[in-house]
Amino acid sequence: MNAPVFIAGVGAISAIGNNVGECLAALEQEQAGMGEMMYLQSVHGKTLPVAEVKLNNEKLAQLLGLPAVISRTAMLSMMAAKEALHNAAIPGLTSLRTGFISANTVGGMDRTEKFFAEFLLDNKKGKLRDVLHHECGYITELVADYLGIRNYVSTISTACSSSANSIFYGARLIRNDILDVVVAGGTDALTKFTLNGFNTLMILDQEFCKPFDENRKGLNLGEGAGYVVLVSERVAATLQHAPACKLAGYCNANDAYHQTASSPDGTGSYLAMKGALERSGLEITDIDYINLHGTGTQNNDIAEGTAIKRLFGPLYPKMSSTKSYTGHTLGASGGLEAVFSALSIRERMIFPNLRLQTPMKDFPFIPETTLIKNVHVNNVLSNSFGFGGNCSSLIFSKT
Amino acid sequence: MKIYIRSTGNVSPQNTFGHPAFPAEPVEHFGNRLKCVEPDYKTFIDVKLIRRMSRIIKMGVAAAMECLQEAGVAVPDAIVTGTAYGCLDDTGIFLTKMVEQQEELLAPTAFIQSTHNTVGAQIALMLRCNGYNNVFVHRGFSFESALLDAMMLLKEGEVNNVLVGGVDETTNTSHAILSRFGLYKKQPVSNLNLFSEASKGTIAGEGAAFFLLANEASHNDYAQIDALTTFYKPANIKETAEQVSAFLAAQSLSPAAIDLIITGRNGDTTGDKVYRQLEQSVFNNIASVNYKNLCGEYPTAVAFAVWMAANIVKSGKVPAGLGFDGDKEKQIKKILIYNHSQNIHHSLLLISAC
Repeated sequence: MNAPVFIAGVGAISAIGNNVGECLAALEQEQAGMGEMMYLQSVHGKTLPVAEVKLNNEKLAQLLGLPAVISRTAMLSMMAAKEALHNAAIPGLTSLRTGFISANTVGGMDRTEKFFAEFLLDNKKGKLRDVLHHECGYITELVADYLGIRNYVSTISTACSSSANSIFYGARLIRNDILDVVVAGGTDALTKFTLNGFNTLMILDQEFCKPFDENRKGLNLGEGAGYVVLVSERVAATLQHAPACKLAGYCNANDAYHQTASSPDGTGSYLAMKGALERSGLEITDIDYINLHGTGTQNNDIAEGTAIKRLFGPLYPKMSSTKSYTGHTLGASGGLEAVFSALSIRERMIFPNLRLQTPMKDFPFIPETTLIKNVHVNNVLSNSFGFGGNCSSLIFSKT
Repeated sequence: MKIYIRSTGNVSPQNTFGHPAFPAEPVEHFGNRLKCVEPDYKTFIDVKLIRRMSRIIKMGVAAAMECLQEAGVAVPDAIVTGTAYGCLDDTGIFLTKMVEQQEELLAPTAFIQSTHNTVGAQIALMLRCNGYNNVFVHRGFSFESALLDAMMLLKEGEVNNVLVGGVDETTNTSHAILSRFGLYKKQPVSNLNLFSEASKGTIAGEGAAFFLLANEASHNDYAQIDALTTFYKPANIKETAEQVSAFLAAQSLSPAAIDLIITGRNGDTTGDKVYRQLEQSVFNNIASVNYKNLCGEYPTAVAFAVWMAANIVKSGKVPAGLGFDGDKEKQIKKILIYNHSQNIHHSLLLISAC
């Protein structure tokens, strides 16, 4: 039950790059991915910046060798999951018990929106192929079939913590000897549904977001997908390149305070971080870097910071929110940030928190504002907190 | 390690809510859509909260609360929910307003309640439960994934009990869309005669069933869950039969050791062929009953089957009204639930008497 689970491969697509290499280059060069809406069609196009993947659906479909009628959510997922599997290069994969655990928040909503406009006028209208992939699980199956993974397929949706949960559910399937290899993470494409939903909550910044800044005004929505390939110790031993890190700790807790707001003291965040630390057997001083949930909303950053202060104070690790590059990619964020955490360990780097000008006055710590290179990064804590109080933390450790 | 079903709560198209034993008379529904018999929520949920909650949230919360009350557990150690469709009604409301009002002047409530984790989150919120909370949204595997998660949590020794459930609703919109996909019968039928006519399509269903699973026996448990497996898109009936045999072999069981099979037949001639074929091979000579005539077809319907199996092994008898034509005197101690959803999602669950 406590056997180590290794990260054998990573794959990512986001507003800052179409693969892991491009994302890493952008992280190093401090290039954020937000901008004016290019692909999403919305009346808010001129007022709300978003962090879009810089490929249209036709181009994505072409890269994947597929017709351009499937959900963007599935295509983003295929791009990143395929890269992760390729990166892992597991010998004899077909003879191993392999699973695909993905996460998303609104399934094929990008297509459903098209369908719904016609359906509302006449419920006999609207192309059925546009609503076929509405279900979250259907997106996962399109990708599993594309990858040829069949032994275990499932989908998790706990709002913004979805893909952190899929990663550690995958790790537990390995620890329980149900699977040998799991491709785990999450995906979400920008949709009008989520854009308007977050807009009604008045938590979208009309400028580029400023996580953990005293004058932060909200989040920018982003899109993308991020996956890790988890393998058992036995499979890890067969790899040509030894894995650079392992999943050392994880915990899921519920804030149980409000459907959309975090408790002022960050109870759920605190419990998730504390639980992950306890499972890893590490001390707070062993954590070299926290990849913050750091959405840039008033509520999240004060709750998360308060929980960090309670758990770590006064011995604060370095920290930053990479959402200042990618925007908040919702169901993909835990997966993308797991990839960035693994990169931090592998590349011995700590990525900066962009656009941070005025540190929050409530806290004695300040997230990193410039890139740090050639630094020991042995243990990274990655936070993902969401609506419904669903809070999860993961710890990645150098092998 | 053994896993016990300590208590249940079930809102379904039958009179299952608030009934300690299996209701004697099945509720008859005409048409191709079974709606839940909804309880008086006031006994379980604060009136102020009820007004704000959509139907699926109320059904889910009520089933969860009844389950916890029966177990005498105030706050479970973990909450795991399976829902394929999530909160369809609120999703539809927000989508409709967004289209009609061209993305202007929208209210947040429907969006807030549209996320797939709303039911699980509302239960946690009402109970102030800070424990593990997860939500699986994988079509015909949603409940099975939730159940596997719950069983692993107990085996890992992380928790002593887990509240686990399956929740899905049918709305006017989802029924209209799924009808266009040809899922449901064209002619209205009585659910009680679902299996007597050979035609394409099934009847839509819905429900919310929760279970409190525990790692220690109480003196009043319903059943034990011995094993669970799922398999995805088997190539043919041969592979399906092999999966069944492998599952039983892993439990060191011969088919003859199974007292009863609960099958996921739903009245659709194409889908039901799978069950007929297995009854001629691996399920040969084992008594069986069906359940989707009672709850209809929906992605988390297996939760209803688990409720049924738990009640049957607790009493040892198959209740009248289920159309059981096997040996009525025989004590039922071991039940195999076998379900498939569109021949894509297959699941096997072994439930036995304590």
